[in-house]
Amino acid sequence: MTSILFYIFAVFVLGAGLFVVLNRNPIYSVVGLVFAFMNLAAMYFLLEAYFIGILQVLIYAGAIMVLFLFVVMLLNVQPDKPRPGLVHLDRWWYALMALVFVGVFLVLVGEGTRMLLTSPAGEAIQTGNVASVGEALFTQYLLPFEIASLLLTVALVGTVFLAKRKV
Amino acid sequence: MGEILYLIPLFPLLGFLANGLLGRWLSERQSGMVASMAVLGSFMISAQALLALLALPEEQRLFTQSLFAWIPVGALQIDIGYTFDPLSAVMTMVVSGVGLLIHIYSIGYMHGDPGIRRYFSFLNLFTFMMLTLVLADNLVLLFLGWEGVGLCSYLLIGFWFDDEAKARAGMKAFIVNRIGDAGFIVAMVLLYTQFGTLSITEIAQAAPGAQVGRGFFTAVTMLMFLGATGKSAQIPLYVWLPDAMAGPTPVSALIHAATMVTAGVYLIARNSVLFTLAPATMMLVAIIGILTAFYAATIAVTQNDIKKVLAYSTISQLGYMFTAVGVGAFSAGIFHLMTHAFFKGLLFLGAGSVIHGLKGEQDMGKMGGLKEYLPTTYWTMTVGVLAISGIPGLSGFFSKDEILWSAFSQHEGFRWIWLLGVLTAGLTAFYMSRLLFRTFYGEATWKETHKPHESPSVMTIPLVLLAFLSIFGGYVGIPEVLGGINRFHHFLQPVLASYPIVSESAQHGSHLLELLLMAVSILIVLAGLYYAYRIYVRRPSLAEDLAQRLKPAYKLSFNKYYIDEVYDHLIVQPFTALASFSWKWFDVQVVDGTVNESGRSIGRLSALIRRIQNGFIQHYASIILLGVIFILLYLLLD
Amino acid sequence: MVVPIYHVLIFAALLFVIGVIGVLFRRSAIIVFMSIEIMLNAVNLAFIAFSRYHGNVNGQVFVFFIMTLAAVEVAVGLAIIISLFRNLQTSDITEIHMMKH
Repeated sequence: MTSILFYIFAVFVLGAGLFVVLNRNPIYSVVGLVFAFMNLAAMYFLLEAYFIGILQVLIYAGAIMVLFLFVVMLLNVQPDKPRPGLVHLDRWWYALMALVFVGVFLVLVGEGTRMLLTSPAGEAIQTGNVASVGEALFTQYLLPFEIASLLLTVALVGTVFLAKRKV
Repeated sequence: MGEILYLIPLFPLLGFLANGLLGRWLSERQSGMVASMAVLGSFMISAQALLALLALPEEQRLFTQSLFAWIPVGALQIDIGYTFDPLSAVMTMVVSGVGLLIHIYSIGYMHGDPGIRRYFSFLNLFTFMMLTLVLADNLVLLFLGWEGVGLCSYLLIGFWFDDEAKARAGMKAFIVNRIGDAGFIVAMVLLYTQFGTLSITEIAQAAPGAQVGRGFFTAVTMLMFLGATGKSAQIPLYVWLPDAMAGPTPVSALIHAATMVTAGVYLIARNSVLFTLAPATMMLVAIIGILTAFYAATIAVTQNDIKKVLAYSTISQLGYMFTAVGVGAFSAGIFHLMTHAFFKGLLFLGAGSVIHGLKGEQDMGKMGGLKEYLPTTYWTMTVGVLAISGIPGLSGFFSKDEILWSAFSQHEGFRWIWLLGVLTAGLTAFYMSRLLFRTFYGEATWKETHKPHESPSVMTIPLVLLAFLSIFGGYVGIPEVLGGINRFHHFLQPVLASYPIVSESAQHGSHLLELLLMAVSILIVLAGLYYAYRIYVRRPSLAEDLAQRLKPAYKLSFNKYYIDEVYDHLIVQPFTALASFSWKWFDVQVVDGTVNESGRSIGRLSALIRRIQNGFIQHYASIILLGVIFILLYLLLD
Repeated sequence: MVVPIYHVLIFAALLFVIGVIGVLFRRSAIIVFMSIEIMLNAVNLAFIAFSRYHGNVNGQVFVFFIMTLAAVEVAVGLAIIISLFRNLQTSDITEIHMMKH
């Protein structure tokens, strides 16, 4: 049951991802991305990462995507118009790069997973609950955690500065 | 006591920085005061260290201080480390003591010069470098000081660099010194490959038992001696010193008479263990020394420029010192170094006072009759002249006589050195009193328009102090034959190598012989004085007659044996021609061509690469991707 | 767990590739940005999978920090897009190329 659900979610995420990338209208893209993130959150749950799953819904699907939506509407971005005339030379270059990358990347992932199969799996302990993640965050990773809060403050100031009309 | 040694060189360094960086905010007088106080500080610490040294028993007289590792490279470890032993003590006292008097004198002499702050900062830098040289406990640090004083010498000779001849004189000194320094560097490399260290004491301990051929020490010491001939103006590298008189006169007194030029003698005394292992070098040192002494004295006899006379006299006296160390009488060499610093410093400062009084006139043909106008200068210079001539009772007598006796007693084969030494002493007495008579006696030949005036007391007080030192400085080394105990010799003896005395007669110590030789040299000196008096005071016309009658010899001496011209034709001109050829062909065609072509090709390449930077974000992203591909491929293939 | 880990990883790789294609080919700055978010999420998924596989919580902590970073990045990035749009009246990145040599 779990694995069937997982594959269903995976197909949904891939489909939503392609929709985001290939769609011409930004509003649709945003909605597609929200859908993809929701499904990803579900996959996190299936992988027993409950805390991260909740964060995924709250932060990504919630806060970040709302921000995207606001910006799209604020700028009143129009759907891309098909470009007339010849396809630019650069496009071919990008396509070549992307193709080579996809090939090499997938081969490497295949190699890596084959190696994983031969090595034994670790104990599947209960890792996903909030307590264990919280403990790691507030003991071993306390300093990075505090620095992350500083980073957020910096981003806050920076954003205000950038978005103001006149300095 | 060892832990405050660093203060000795530190004070002048601070003085240099203060005058060099903050000079513009100092008044002229403050600038001189700062410089003098810095040297005074060094002098006080040195004196304290010397007293502490004397309080110790003879075999423990050594202070050391290692400040920090300067060059730690693999097995080579070079520290900034100072050693204060009797030899360093003597040198430090001379450098800081005479240096202090000359700093004070300079306040008066350089008064009103627009570059006075630069002058004092250089002078302090020189003192710092010289103290580093004499306190260094390893050869590299010593070499730092060695090069540093050379640099200051260059800077101060060319102090009035808007006069091209003076700037050139500075360059000449610098370049001639380079030849000797190359020898020094090679000697250091040889020592390092053999002993694996450059510490002076460690080398001295290892050297006598080292498993090397005699040729090794001969090579090393020959190369060191080459360095010494450059720095101390001996044949064949002496040519820079007469030209160095282009600098301000106190500089000539400090650098080109009292301290820097004696560095070569110090180097040999410091490495006396190495030199005693190489008898061939020792003999060469003695021969070069005495030949230089005699040769320079014959030139000094005919020179008309008051500072040139003193310059050749300095070369001649340095020759004496080299003779002393060459025959193994290291302490006698250092003794003469010290007394020479006193009386030659005095003579230069006196000459400076005369030049100051005559508003820059240096030609003795335009002096004369200054006795009444410059009384203090007159009597102090008289003391200096008598001291350098070797009149009994004055400092020069004791040191010069010790050298002559050492040369005589060392080896039967060296008797001719003694003979030449005595002749030189006679010549010295002659030309020095010639200088005195032509300057202060006879008719005044200066123009009436500017009446000469005595220098201010800031200049005459150092003269008086140096005069006292010139008189009494020799009493630390009264030889045994005259009833003294030669304290100076015994003070230095523990740190110097002793050279086995070969001569039979000397070993059995015939005091009568020593007294006899002393009497001979005194007689010859008195003869020199008498003839100078006869020629230049009693019958001034005689000088012209003699010059006419001995015209070839006179011309040869007056033109310094044409050595400058010979060097010019044999070395300088071929070298300039070669340099000019390399410039016009190799430099312009090959070097410039390569540089220009590489510039052009980079330009072309850039024009190509420039197109990557086209401003499109996705283009950049694709290039990042390219990099990622390479990394992935590397992982895949690994 | 029933899903083999290499299935998760291959899925994450595919998602990452979709993100790359979006970054390379789309002209709207906002879509490019969203594609970057997709790439980040693909990486996050791989982290979670490894964390589960090894029974180690560190992977999840990493994801936590990546999310923080993503939030920061989006906030600043969108602010930049807004000010660009305000000055140039476009968010088409092929038209924004003032920064060339």
